Amino acid sequence: MGVILPIWIFREYDRCSGCRYCEVACALRHEGIIWPEASRIRVFEYVPGITIPILCAQCTDYPCVNACPTKALYVDESTGAVKVDEGKCIKCGKCVEACPGRIPKVLPQKDSVLICDLCGGDPECVKVCKALGFNALILVDKWPGSHYKLYARGAEEITKDYVKKLYKVDPEEVM
Amino acid sequence: MLEVDLSSGATKVVDLRRDLYRKFLGGRGLGSWILWERIGERWSSIDALSPENPLVILTGPLTGYIAGVRLAVTGKSPQSGGTVGSTIASEVGLELKTSGYDGVVITGRSKDPVYLFIHDDKVEIRDASKMWGKGIRETHKLILRDVLPELRKTSRYGEPKEPAMIYIGPAGENLTRIAAIEGKYAHAAAYGSYGTVMGSKNLKAVVVKGSGPLPPVYDLPKLKELIYKAIELVPKKAPRLRIWGTGQGPWRYGRDLSSIPVRNWQEEYWEKDTYSQYDLEVYDWVKRYWADYGCPLCCMKVTVLHRGSETVITDAPDYELLAYEGSNLGIYDVRDIAYLIWCGEELGFDMINAGNVLGFTAELFEKGILTKDDIGFEVRWGDVESFVRLLKLIANKEGIGKILAEGTYRAALKIAEMKGLRAEEVLKYAVQAKGIAIGAHGVRSGLDYPPISYVSSVQGGDHQSVAMLPLDAPPIVNEVWASLADSAVICQFNVLGGLDFIFDALRAVTGWNITKDEWVNETARRILTLQRILLLLGGPDVYWDPRIHDDNPPRFYEPLPSGPKKGQAPKKEDIEKLKRDYYAALGWDEYGIPTVETVRKLGLTGVERAVAEIRRRLGIQ
Repeated sequence: MGVILPIWIFREYDRCSGCRYCEVACALRHEGIIWPEASRIRVFEYVPGITIPILCAQCTDYPCVNACPTKALYVDESTGAVKVDEGKCIKCGKCVEACPGRIPKVLPQKDSVLICDLCGGDPECVKVCKALGFNALILVDKWPGSHYKLYARGAEEITKDYVKKLYKVDPEEVM
Repeated sequence: MLEVDLSSGATKVVDLRRDLYRKFLGGRGLGSWILWERIGERWSSIDALSPENPLVILTGPLTGYIAGVRLAVTGKSPQSGGTVGSTIASEVGLELKTSGYDGVVITGRSKDPVYLFIHDDKVEIRDASKMWGKGIRETHKLILRDVLPELRKTSRYGEPKEPAMIYIGPAGENLTRIAAIEGKYAHAAAYGSYGTVMGSKNLKAVVVKGSGPLPPVYDLPKLKELIYKAIELVPKKAPRLRIWGTGQGPWRYGRDLSSIPVRNWQEEYWEKDTYSQYDLEVYDWVKRYWADYGCPLCCMKVTVLHRGSETVITDAPDYELLAYEGSNLGIYDVRDIAYLIWCGEELGFDMINAGNVLGFTAELFEKGILTKDDIGFEVRWGDVESFVRLLKLIANKEGIGKILAEGTYRAALKIAEMKGLRAEEVLKYAVQAKGIAIGAHGVRSGLDYPPISYVSSVQGGDHQSVAMLPLDAPPIVNEVWASLADSAVICQFNVLGGLDFIFDALRAVTGWNITKDEWVNETARRILTLQRILLLLGGPDVYWDPRIHDDNPPRFYEPLPSGPKKGQAPKKEDIEKLKRDYYAALGWDEYGIPTVETVRKLGLTGVERAVAEIRRRLGIQ
């Protein structure tokens, strides 16, 4: 009898087309309408052609959960996702500050912070990305390790790396 | 609707009469009506470059909900004098909606270079002096640097995404008549030259970022079903587009269908010189997929080329530009073609019209009508550097560039005058319709586009909106269906998913019982009739006479000199007959002037007096 691992969404940035169907699917699932800013996964395109999906990386030390003053954030043991107790969240923004990539989102129109909850184990974004044939978001087991934090880097940083890798120009030229 | 007056700096939000949306949908259709309401009375006397020409930026009912976000831009066109529903794949369409607007109407002229920044209910007219004069890449960067800190100020809200932007380059700033409105480097609203209208208003860019949801829809479960259905449906109906974009075009339209422009349309077939998307794939694509918001198709890739000290970053060139900057200019190396395209895109040109002007110039040089003295250097087929030089001259309106910047039609007239020739002697080299360059799909072979495509179309040479019989011939390029995509404002390629799919989506979003029949028999006719009237009102520098200008360019009557359809060309008598059939189908008279009954029947109230004005001008009573 093996241990059931939590899940994790592997981002293959090169394969992301920027179609943002993940944003559409996420907002439809969580908000019931198309609402790009309320999607828990957001595709950044600071530089045209370089599209980077950013979402919670479920860092193994969960800095956001530890930073929350009202204990509104907690970890779902089965998926490894960060969950938000909407009744306790006061939209103070401490989780945003604690996150290495400032990924959680606080919207004026919503009552609590928005963080990817991995859709309870069957993420919508992964499904549409696969259905479309891009496979930029791939569901994997979350094996032990602290490297997941690397995917919590901000979009600006990751974009700069891709500007150097794909475009082979100085990021100063395009950002 | 957001209204911005750049002369006074005043902004306000107005609600449009609801019935207008049902009558015209949005985008191209609604835009043409808004223009009629505002300046229809004095249409012929208003210069497209004057502060009185409104720049109308619109979404449509489907924008952002389904299939490839898009934005429509219109106004009185500096090219045709009518309106073109010029569209660009841009998230500005999405962000306008998330900010709470259906569109923006921009009037007047700013004293200094500015850009418009819309952020939810905040609307700012900001200084653009440091971006003015800059190429597209630099413009994009400078705007990003200007706006991101602003968006980041609300710090606890998490990292803001980039704003959506549309902007112009020097070609628009300097008021050439072949200027596009661009976005994300390589997307463009090109036909119609609305970049010029932005330039005439000293408006460098429109930048939008909203934080709200899209407006609620009538039948959300149905819409959701269609959004998910599109994933399978659209790529399956158009599989080549995902794999090759339209870049497979040169082989298809050049070798197989013999309809590609070669050396300013002197031929439409090439044999030994070959070029294609294969070369791009092997040499230059660095990223396989590049789509726009909500698009299940994804027809673009990213091309990066390092050429000396310059780096080309653009999309994998599409068919039109591979043709117009390729065989049309005698250039067959895709790396040279991509470089030339990029040079033009950086300057803010519409690369179809610009390619048309370049080919026209090269032929005039070949025939000795323009000399080395006139131009300053030789312009030979295949010489990439001379075309790059020409683009720069045109963008800055220097030397011969000043005349060429007027677009092929007006340049031909000016060159004839300059050289003491009759207009026809130079116009015979101009391959255009109603002041708009004809897209890279010829009619002579009979294998590609039908013979009256550009003859009776309301948008002139626009190859994505052509005249075709029967009126309800299958999409996508015939005017009846093009006006649907351009008014719902979604990407035309997604219409390949099927008309049923599009109408299901329209019904799900709006709750109207809108049908295909209603579109063909009422709405499309209404939009096309209005556009036709505005086109025939025209002015003030150029007017169209349907008896003369509803025609193919002279070149299209020259028999094809080569290829599988050698010797072929349309016959004038056939064109005349097809024209009349087309007019009759739309309820227009034998000259293609909409009749008063048709105007009334379509509910175009007040437009009857325009019909009278047109008949008076043409001396037809």
